[in-house]
Amino acid sequence: MDKYINTPITEEVTADLKYGDYVYITGTIYVARDAAHKRMTEALEKGEELPIPIKDATIYYMGPSPAREGKVIGSAGPTTAGRMDKYAPVLLDLGQKAMIGKGKRNKEVIDAIIRNKAVYFAAVGGAGALLSKCITKSKIICYEDLGAEAVLEIEVLNFPAIVVIDRDGNNLYDMV
Amino acid sequence: MIRTINVNIVTETIKDMCIESNYHLSKDMDQALKKAADTEESVLGKKILDQLQENLKIADEDKIPICQDTGMAVIFMEIGQDVHFEGGNLEDSINEGVRRGYTEGYLRKSVVNDPLLRENTKDNTPAIIHYTIVAGDKVKITFAPKGFGSENMSRVFMLKPADGEEGIKNAILTAVSDAGPNACPPMVVGVGIGGDFEKSAIMAKQALTRNADEYSKLPHIRKMEKEVLEKINAFGIGPAGLSGSTTALAVNINTYPTHIAGLPVAVNICCHVNRHTVRIL
Repeated sequence: MDKYINTPITEEVTADLKYGDYVYITGTIYVARDAAHKRMTEALEKGEELPIPIKDATIYYMGPSPAREGKVIGSAGPTTAGRMDKYAPVLLDLGQKAMIGKGKRNKEVIDAIIRNKAVYFAAVGGAGALLSKCITKSKIICYEDLGAEAVLEIEVLNFPAIVVIDRDGNNLYDMV
Repeated sequence: MIRTINVNIVTETIKDMCIESNYHLSKDMDQALKKAADTEESVLGKKILDQLQENLKIADEDKIPICQDTGMAVIFMEIGQDVHFEGGNLEDSINEGVRRGYTEGYLRKSVVNDPLLRENTKDNTPAIIHYTIVAGDKVKITFAPKGFGSENMSRVFMLKPADGEEGIKNAILTAVSDAGPNACPPMVVGVGIGGDFEKSAIMAKQALTRNADEYSKLPHIRKMEKEVLEKINAFGIGPAGLSGSTTALAVNINTYPTHIAGLPVAVNICCHVNRHTVRIL
C-alpha cells in the first residue's frame, strides 16, 4: 500500500505502517553510517550528549558522493544496514524511531524495534542518483573530519522507501 | 622493438576511466538491466528495475555517480613485455590518476589508510592493482571500481576434489543466498575455480569484468554458468531482495589448473552497478 508520511516519525506514525508498505517520506532526517555510529556510541559511553536530537529521529544509513557546485548533494543511496546492528539498539532505546538502509538486520535490532515501536525501511540500493533528487537541503552537523561519513541533517521530499520490518517485528525479507 | 610510454598518459587515462565508469554503465550491463526490466515477473520487482533505469538516466544527464559507493579502485594492468615506461614510477602514476579522477569527478572517497586505525585518505588512494606481463607492446587497462555492500558478501571456499561439480554449485548458491538483499540484487556473480587460495579470488574478481552477455569458452563451464544462473533466479530473491524473478544478471566463471589435493572456489559478488571499463594504450 502507498502511504505518504511526515517526520518526525512517532509512535502514532509507526502504528499505521505494515511490512510491505511503500512509503514516501517528507521532512527532516539525519544521515549517519559506520564511523559516525561508533563515535556517537563512544560519546554516550563517556556520558556526553548525542550530536542529534534522538527522540523520534529517523536515521538514514548513507554516505553521499560530493555535491557539484550549485547542487544540494551528490549520489545518495542507502548503505548496508547490518553494519549498524551493533549500535542501533542503544539508539532505539533512547528514542530513535526509524532507520532507512538496505539489507538484513539481526535479532537484537528486531527486538529493539518491537520494544520501542520503531520501524526499519529499505530504500533501493544503487539508485543513489534517483534518490538524490528527493533531497532538498543538506548540512553537516558534526564529525566533518570523517569525510563521506560525517553526520548530516537533510530535508527530504517524498523520499521513496519500503517498510521491511514493522513495529510488530514482521520482516518482509523473510516472506521472500 | 621497445615501445616507450610516458606515465603521464597512464595517469590521464586512469583519471578518465574513474569518471566514465562511475557515471555510465558499460553497454553490456545497460542492456542486461533493460532486458531484466522487460522480463521481471513481480510487480514490485518491475517497479524497482524501472527505478534503476531512471537512476541510470539521471546519472548520465546530471553527471552524478550511479551509486554513491563509487568503490575502491580495482585496476588490472596487462603490460606488454616490450613496453618501457618513462617519466616516473608506474604505480605512483596510476594512483595519481585515481586521485584526480575521484577529486575532479565528484566521486566519493571511500578508502581508509589502515584497516584498524581507519582514517580516510580523502582521495580514494591507494588503488588495488593487479599486474600481468603479456606478449606485445600494448598496455591493456581494465578499471573496475568495486562497492563494498556486495564485496562484503563474497566468499572463498576451499573444497575437496571429491566435492566436484555439485560442491561447486552449492558453494555459489550458498554465497548468493546468504548475500540476499545485502548485495543489492540483481547481482553479477564472478566465480574463480582452481588455482590456489588467492588465484581463485583474483579470477573471481576478473570474471566480474567479463561482459554480462558473454559465456565461458569451455563447454562444461558454459553449461554450469547457465545452470547456476537459472537456479539463482529460481530463489525468488529478486530486485533489492524484495522478491522477483531477477536475482542475478550473469554468472561468469573463470578457471585455472589446480593441485591434486584441492578445489578452491571463490565467489565475488557484485551489485547491479557492475562497473568495468577497458582502454588500450
